[in-house]
Amino acid sequence: MSVATESPAPRNYEVVPKTSPEGSELDGELLEVAMGPQHPSTHGVFRMDVVLDGETVVKLKPVFGYLHRNHEKIAENTSYLGSMPYTDRLDYFCSLTNNWAYALAVEKLAGLQVPERAEFIRVITAELTRLQNHTSVCGFLLQDMGALGTPLMYAFREREKILDLFESLTGARMMCNYMRFGGCRCDLPPGWLDRVRKIVGDFPQFLDSYEALLNTNEILLARTQGVGRLPRELAISAGVTGPMLRACGVDYDIRKVDHYGIYDRFEFRIPLGEQGDVYDRYMIRLLEIRESLKILQQALKEVPGGPIIDPKAKLRSFRPKVGEAYGRIEGPKGELGFYLISDGSPNPYRYRVRPPSLINLTILEDMCLGQSVADAVVTLGSVDIVLGEVDR
Amino acid sequence: MESLEQIKIRLEAAVPGAKLEILPNESPSGQHSLLLDNAHAVALARFLRDDAQLRFDYCSNMTGVDWPDTEITSKVKVKKVIDGVEKEVDEVTKTARPGFLEGVYHLYSMAMKHGPLILRLRTGNRKDQVQLPSFTPVWRSCEFQEREVYDLFGVVFDGHPDLRRILMWDEFRDHPMRKDYSEPDDYEYEPTPHDDVLEKSKRHQAAKGTL
Amino acid sequence: MLGSGILKGLAETAKNFVGSYIDESGLTTIEYPDERQTLAENTRQFPFLVFDGDDAMKGLRCVSCQICEKECPPQCIFIVKSKDKKPDHVGKPQFYPATFDIDLSVCMSCQICVEVCPFEAIKMDTEFELSTSDRFGQLLLHKGQLAKPNSHFQEIHPTDAAVSDAALAADKAKAEAKAAADAKAKAEAGIPRPLASSPEAVTIPPALGPPNLPM
Repeated sequence: MSVATESPAPRNYEVVPKTSPEGSELDGELLEVAMGPQHPSTHGVFRMDVVLDGETVVKLKPVFGYLHRNHEKIAENTSYLGSMPYTDRLDYFCSLTNNWAYALAVEKLAGLQVPERAEFIRVITAELTRLQNHTSVCGFLLQDMGALGTPLMYAFREREKILDLFESLTGARMMCNYMRFGGCRCDLPPGWLDRVRKIVGDFPQFLDSYEALLNTNEILLARTQGVGRLPRELAISAGVTGPMLRACGVDYDIRKVDHYGIYDRFEFRIPLGEQGDVYDRYMIRLLEIRESLKILQQALKEVPGGPIIDPKAKLRSFRPKVGEAYGRIEGPKGELGFYLISDGSPNPYRYRVRPPSLINLTILEDMCLGQSVADAVVTLGSVDIVLGEVDR
Repeated sequence: MESLEQIKIRLEAAVPGAKLEILPNESPSGQHSLLLDNAHAVALARFLRDDAQLRFDYCSNMTGVDWPDTEITSKVKVKKVIDGVEKEVDEVTKTARPGFLEGVYHLYSMAMKHGPLILRLRTGNRKDQVQLPSFTPVWRSCEFQEREVYDLFGVVFDGHPDLRRILMWDEFRDHPMRKDYSEPDDYEYEPTPHDDVLEKSKRHQAAKGTL
Repeated sequence: MLGSGILKGLAETAKNFVGSYIDESGLTTIEYPDERQTLAENTRQFPFLVFDGDDAMKGLRCVSCQICEKECPPQCIFIVKSKDKKPDHVGKPQFYPATFDIDLSVCMSCQICVEVCPFEAIKMDTEFELSTSDRFGQLLLHKGQLAKPNSHFQEIHPTDAAVSDAALAADKAKAEAKAAADAKAKAEAGIPRPLASSPEAVTIPPALGPPNLPM
């Protein structure tokens, strides 16, 4: 891997170059378009200020903050436990992985041990979250491309089954609020693992049909291959993580690097892309689903009995010692980290979320420049953002 | 990965004149951090990124912390002669610590797969010396995160290519993540069981003369 | 051949379309509200207050300790403690909430009030059809609207209710045994003295630690 000598600087916004030759019949005025925050094909309340020369993007500024509620400040004014339900609302597609990242950071801060059974439950719920996130994202991407309905609804049909599992385990479909410091909130309901086994067993069949539906579709190939290319040096320098980074061919998965939880016990591979374009990002997600299914099949074989929470963990008046900790996990969207500073009081002194969606947007402009505006929409779709997390 | 002490020694050798300090972390996480001096920070960061053994090519997390003016009380056991008898007495010393803003960087290496290395930068105070050197030219991932720290904490990053507010709107005046931030009271009227929001809103409206 | 991928995809959609006539699992939607799904047992919507017996106000388990009010992340609970006391399920005089309001427009159904309650007094309901015409007034539920009998809890969450009933029954048995022992001691000593309240009268889930009740 070569080291970038200097990080590519963001562009100077004062000088916007034109792409069409001067004096030609294509030469005209630049057009500034505000895409969003209510545009139906953007993801949530996100705005892109795009300057177009004809159809070519010559400048693109992402604008966010419409959903900003200062989650970090709220968390600094509530107890450690009280922030747990708020983490559900960061990336509302993957509340269980958000719970895990926060619980992991607090466990590091307070030195809690997670019992084996809870670790297995965490892996199973997190991988199920990854399944449903990746299938839906592929559906959303197709939606952005104009395939209205069908792929997304097929994805949602499968997602629904997984959400039903979450509901019977945690009581809520999306706002699970399930994990606790040092374990999980409640034990598995009877027969839950069998239901997971059934869904995990049926999932490859759905994936096969999903891939048959889309992967050889000529329109999809034409719209995604070579679009939104991201060079790998830039991806590393810009801190891009998750499937986007691996689509550029960088072998970096926190499940493999940090071995948090019990991921070192499972055998799975990291799919890597080559081109770093939208097609690679789409394919990487489909391949990651297959790897997640492998993890799930291994984890479901050997869920041990025992307690589900560290007996030392206190629910109320929980006061970690003075210090700080940074805990991170491989969320479906990328590295989700929580940075906590404790001053010994029941509330964290500093609570910081490292949102993968926000940082993956850093290079949105670099990926979209010189492309047509329709490709910018597809490129944004392939980044996989959730505005609850970008704006916090 | 080399230990923090080794990294510190190598950094001091590589960047002459750099003042570094290891800040210990007592929590079970054991993530100690390295305080850099602002004048040499960018050179140190470049060295950390490009050194063949360290290769911290990935700045994962960048954030700010607000430390307002505070008084630190420390207890020291002192032997004193009281009434002819030597006794051990707790001597409480109070030292005023001036406030500052802090930038915290969590570095990892994608090439060598190690980390984290935690860097800290501190501003002179919280009022007029709020400049920190920007690491955006070194790690592009700092671009939005430094904008966020500028927005929410009011740290001004020298050398940042596009320092604007990111989450709050451009006309917003204060920095919400500072500990002494007081929220504006021009709320939308929404009764809550406590109704303190309503009270606040009424006070505001009365002050403005609209009620 | 150009277009073969599209044809393959169309074959897949046709398979799904025809399949929905053959296989029930192909039809995933149901016609709410004419058809309803059975909810999972753990489903939670908004909290309610449990009472024992027939009279909601007499049998309310809540002793107004205000732990839930303090722990509620969005601060949607508002409690005013009573001046006088009424006997709880073991017969010990306890405060009761003079006012107990939950603002459903603020509540985020996180269940933390249920987890921190040491008295099995607040539980999650499964009622979700709560739309009203007044966003502020009618979504602010008062004590009378929140109180629901234990039989309702047993009906919606049978497993949890069995655990909670067993814990309360154990308390009661302990308190009765203690009262009987006290009465016996009193009879033996022959000196009248006030009934000592049992310190074990309150069961605390082991993970919670001692409750620091603001009393």
